[in-house]
Parts: sequence; structure tokens; C-alpha cells
Amino acid sequence: MAKKEVKKLEYFTDWKYAPSPEATDHIRLQKQYDLFINGKFVKPNSGKYFDTINPASEEKISSIAEANDKDVDSAVKAARGAYDKTWSKMPAKERAKYIYRIARLIQERARELSVIETLDGGKSIRESRDIDVPLAANHFFYYAGWADKLEYAFPNRQPKSLGVAGQVIPWNFPLLMAAWKIAPALATGNTVVLKPAETTSLTALKLAEIIQESGLPDGVVNIITGHGPVGASMVNHKDINKIAFTGSTGVGKWIQKAIAGTDKKLTLELGGKAANIIFEDAPINQAVEGIINGIFFNQGHVCCAGSRLFVQESVAEEVIRKLKDRLETLIVGDPLDKNTDIGAINSKMQLNKINEYLKIGVNDGAEMYQSSCTIPKKGFFVRPTLFLNTSQSHRISQEEIFGPVLAIQTFRTIEEVIEKANNIPYGLSAGVWTDKGSRIFNLTSKLRAGVVWANTYNKFDPTSPFGGYKESGFGREGGLHGLMPYLKF
Amino acid sequence: MERIEVLKTYKIFIGGQFPRTESGRYYPLKLKNNMTVNVSLSSRKDYRNAVIAARSAFSGWSARAAFNRGQILYRIAEMLEGRKEQFLEELKQLGYTPAAAKKEVEQSIDRLVYYAGWCDKYQQLFSSVNPVATSHFNFSVPEPMGVVAILADESSALLGLVSVIAPAIAGGNTCIVLASESKPTCSITFAEVVATSDVPGGVVNIVTGSRKELHSHFSSHMDVNAIINCNSEKDFNKTIGENASLNVKRVFTWNKNWNDEKEQGPYYITDLQEIKTTWHPIENIGVSGIKY
Repeated sequence: MAKKEVKKLEYFTDWKYAPSPEATDHIRLQKQYDLFINGKFVKPNSGKYFDTINPASEEKISSIAEANDKDVDSAVKAARGAYDKTWSKMPAKERAKYIYRIARLIQERARELSVIETLDGGKSIRESRDIDVPLAANHFFYYAGWADKLEYAFPNRQPKSLGVAGQVIPWNFPLLMAAWKIAPALATGNTVVLKPAETTSLTALKLAEIIQESGLPDGVVNIITGHGPVGASMVNHKDINKIAFTGSTGVGKWIQKAIAGTDKKLTLELGGKAANIIFEDAPINQAVEGIINGIFFNQGHVCCAGSRLFVQESVAEEVIRKLKDRLETLIVGDPLDKNTDIGAINSKMQLNKINEYLKIGVNDGAEMYQSSCTIPKKGFFVRPTLFLNTSQSHRISQEEIFGPVLAIQTFRTIEEVIEKANNIPYGLSAGVWTDKGSRIFNLTSKLRAGVVWANTYNKFDPTSPFGGYKESGFGREGGLHGLMPYLKF
Repeated sequence: MERIEVLKTYKIFIGGQFPRTESGRYYPLKLKNNMTVNVSLSSRKDYRNAVIAARSAFSGWSARAAFNRGQILYRIAEMLEGRKEQFLEELKQLGYTPAAAKKEVEQSIDRLVYYAGWCDKYQQLFSSVNPVATSHFNFSVPEPMGVVAILADESSALLGLVSVIAPAIAGGNTCIVLASESKPTCSITFAEVVATSDVPGGVVNIVTGSRKELHSHFSSHMDVNAIINCNSEKDFNKTIGENASLNVKRVFTWNKNWNDEKEQGPYYITDLQEIKTTWHPIENIGVSGIKY
């Protein structure tokens, strides 16, 4: 039998994209940012500031205040004061109007916020412009509407706010995570002390300016910046009623332990190692796009990234060939360029961690395949990477890398793939690709994960609950379910 | 010399346009400043045109993302807030005290914001996944009824109108409203607000005229899915009910005091929704027990 000719996708390599950088001249940034406490920007007690840099150029953008225990205490006091005096007494429908105002102000200043998000965090402007910022505004808009409707959400119960919420967010979706945390907390009548990640404080501080502009009563939202100890100090503060944390599983476990025996309510949105499962009857070209989006979205700095690919053996050759072809077309580079697919790695620390995992993968015996693209000399960049012939026991198949690195395994039967997909401490998300609807629902009922995407991946919406099983954390953000972590009955 | 004021011609609102009634008829309305307004005395034909506009707007409006409908309702509130003064003056000319007028406008704005919030929330409260005994994924979701005809509250110039339009369109329906006969001016100014709030033409249609003349046409039209009467005339209600049976229209009598803060809620939306249930098989092969 004649060997079937395999057609390789041909890309017109002599067609180069012209640079298309987003303008930065319209943004307003200060040289130095203070802490936002009780409606005002105040100097940190420590007197210390640290640099925030652009990870794509390693140039300094601005200085950020380093808070200490005293600042944490005054932020909590401000939040408590605002809770007692104004926020808990305000009619819910008026509370809603403030949150709507914040949503509108984010919409009005969307372009500025996206550019700053990209400058400070390294993500491509396409993503910050089309995903992070609009979703952040929508989150405020959505939760604003819940403020005066809570009694409908929980029939036969009387929902009450908790008090002061301490919220610690990660660096992968800085403004969006701030919105996911602040919006439901305010809608349910709580006041907030929020700490952004130290590498990405800027959009949270711009949000503080927006909150000031919105006329929100002083102290209802306080935003304090700094490194890990600030978060620890919040977690241990006696006058905080609720801790909401998004970040690594390691820190999440530490928080759960630290507040053990207190009355603090807790939600954790932690790490993940999602299985993205491709069956032989899947629409292969769409699935390849879904795999690419699943792992390379936001440089792979996504807790729900589809970082473990399971391909049914009968189509593995085709899927991997197409995946390699597609990998070549990804544009890695200047995050501000509108054509860029993969921007900069968020920090030097994260870059080192990813490179370490690349070594581990090779040493464990997996086959590494990288795009041949050139990457900028300055700044923190990694080539998009596939690992072939990985097995369940490889560290790159078990541990969260949080970078553009995909571990690929094959499978033969449904039993096998369900077993492999579930056999991991994480349970945040999963993907299923098949043409057969009944198979999708079979998989969604058997996968132990909080979000399952079928024939799509990395989709988010304010109305859709998000959160994990097992060591990926507990509690949900988004939708009706996202109200619950901020209420008592 | 004193400047002479330009007076407004009150028209009707159909398919995003502001025509006068096709019948050319009018009825005079004397305002408190002794000016007389010639209000359109809309005909059956105007109503039928409005139903065509509402029906053609339905597929687009009901297909909008719920979130987008929420933004548009919120936009109506923003526009209304911006034109507060005009409404205060108009309400005064209709006999409202300044305090009552202020309350009427502010409650109307707040009610729009309230229903804006419901646009993407009632579905989660009134949908269900049904635990059927067979291996099926079975779920029920609300869907908009279609075209809704509304006979608005006679006693209220603005709030009565807003309180019924908002839940109808929040749920993805389109509507034709007959404004209060004795207080019609605000309804047309409200139509101007709607027309400048990104509401697609035909989603809201407002006509003025006689309830006595139009109630039977409102209830007998075969391309209308539901009718709401906000008034309590007993013999009208009988006609409406009988006519509705021609095409099994859903009939609601919402004879309410709209000034009451309690007269709002998701049940005004769900009254105007159908429930759709979908069955989908679940393949049941693979590991029998989940181990992790």
C-alpha cells in the first residue's frame, strides 16, 4: 500500500508582520505609589518603596510602597470603621450604585488599564485589552446588580454580611483578580483590605484611584502593597472576618493552617494541573486551537491552564504534528504589540522556575520540542514548549509549572484517561474534546474538577462559578455561588 | 421682546420612529399651565404596525447576551437621570406636586437599575438541572415569551410605565404599551429616552389613545404572546380574557400600586417567560467508581 502523503501546513514565511505596538502616551502613571487607606493615599510606615519593572524590558516603571504590620492594622481599622459607620447601614440599592459606578469608570478607562496591565505584568495587549479589563468591568457590573437581590439568591434564609474581608491576589490577572475579589465582597455588604502581588501592583492602584473618583465612602476598599509578609500579617490580623486568597497551593495550605481555630471564613483558589482530553472523534483542527489556547493563554500563567494533554492514541500522530505546526506560528515578543501571542514571563523568579522545569523534564526522560522562534534578548521570555512521551510519574506531569509548557501523554480507553486525569492532587479544571455529546456528559460527571470545558477552553464569565476540587482550593467565584463565601445566614 | 417658547408635538413611538398616528386623530389634553397638547389618538392600525415592529425586533433582542441587555437597561437609567428636570416639569404640568414628581422620577430610575441587574441573574434562580432516573442530562431554562402587549396604569405617568416595560424587556421580550390616557405626555418623553439608550428599534413601542377603543384590539391580535392589564375595569378584563383565548395568550392583571417599593422583583420577569426543558443522553461507560 502506498504511503499516504502527509500534507504539512504551509505558512508564508516571507510575509512578516509589521510592528504594531499599542500607544502608551495616553496613560497616566506616577513615579511613586503610596498605600490606599481610608480613601487616601498615605506613606507606608516602613518608609520603604520597591521597584516595579516591565518584565519585557527589565526597566523600572514606578516605585511601590512596602506596607508593614502597622499599615495592615490601619487598613483593617479603616475597613472596620467604614463597615460599622456607613457600608453596613447603607440601603443595598444605594450600595449597588457605587459598584455600578466603579464598573462604568473601568469601562471608560479600559484602554489605559490594559496598557498598564501589559507594561507591568508582561501579558500580551490583545489579552489585557480583550479579556482582563472588560471582564473586570463586567464583574463589577454583574455583582452590583446582586446587592439588593440577595434574599432571592438564598430562599428561606436571611443573608448577612461578614464584616471585613482580607483579600490576597496573584500576579497572573492582576486587575481581573482584584475585581473577582472586591465586587462580590462589596455587593454582599462587606468592606475590604486587598493586597495585590508585589510584581503587579499598578492596576490595583489605578483601581484605587477609580474607587476614589467613584465617591465610594472612605475605608470601604483599602489597597495595600508589599511582599509576602503583608499578606501574612493580614491573615493573622484579629479583626478580619474573612480571608480570600488566590495563589499557590503551598501558600493556601499555610493560610488554612494559620487561621485554624479562629472564626475567620476562608476561600482558596489555588493551583491546578488540568487535563485537556482529545478523543479520536474530536474536530481535530478546533481541538489543536483549543490546546494552544489552553496552555499558552497568558504565557501559561493560568491556574486552570490545560497543562496536561491526553490524546487518544489513534489520532496522536495527527494531533501532535498539527500542534507542532501551529506552535511555529505563535508570535513571541513585545507584549505591547497587537500581533503578539505570547508576551513576557511575569518575573525573573518565575522565568527561573520554568527553566528549571524544562531541565527536570529532559532529565526525567521526556522529549522536549520547542518553537524555533527567536525571543528578545532583553526581558523574560520562554519559547513555547511541548514535552512528548511523558508519563504520569514525571514531575512535569504532576507539578504546576505556571508557564508555556505542555506535557503530552496518550491513552487508549476512556477508563484509562479518566483514571489518569483524576490521579493528581489538583482538581481545578479540565477540557474534553469529542464530537459526541453523550461522551461529554459522561466525562463531566466523572472528572473531579470544578470547571469542565467541552470543545472549548479557558472561558470565563461573571455569571459562571469558578473554583476547584481537592487541593485546588474551595469556594467559588462568579455567579450566584460567588456570593456565598461573603455571607453568613 | 420676550422670547417665544417652542412647544413640543407629542407623537407616538413605533419601531424606533416617532410618527403621528396614521389615523390623523387627536385628543386634547389641558396642562396645568393652561396650554393644550394634542395627543395622538392611536388607531388599531397603529397598534398592528407596532406589533410588526415588536415581532421583527424580537429575534435580535432575545438573542442579545443577557449581560448586554443589562447594560442597555442601565443606560436607560443613565439617560433618565440626565433628563430628570424635564420629567419633573412635565409631571408638574400633569398635576403632580413637586415632591410627588421627584419621587416618581427617582423611583423610576432606581427601578430601571434594579431590573438592569436582573437581566443576567433570574436565569440562575429559575433554571434547574432535573435529576431524572435515566442516564440523561436534563435541564430547564426560562426563555422569553415573545411580544407582550401592555395596557399601562392609568394613574401613573411614568413609574407605572417603567415598572412594566422594564421586566418585560429585561427578560428578552419586546412590547407595545398603551400609555395612561389622562397622563400621556411623559410616556412619549420616556420614548425619547429609550430611543437614545441603545435599545434597538421595535423593542419598546409606545402608543397613546383610548383604552376603551384599543383594549379589544390589544387582546385579539394573533401575533401577540401575552397581555398585561394594569387597570381594574371589570368588563375590559372579561373582553381581554376572552380575546386572549383566540391564540392562548398569557393574561396578567397587574393592578398594582407601583410606588410601593415591594412592587418589583424577578416574578414580574418570570411571568413573561416560558420554560424549556432539554434532554441529552449521558454515555455511561468507563470507570464505575470515582477513586480520587
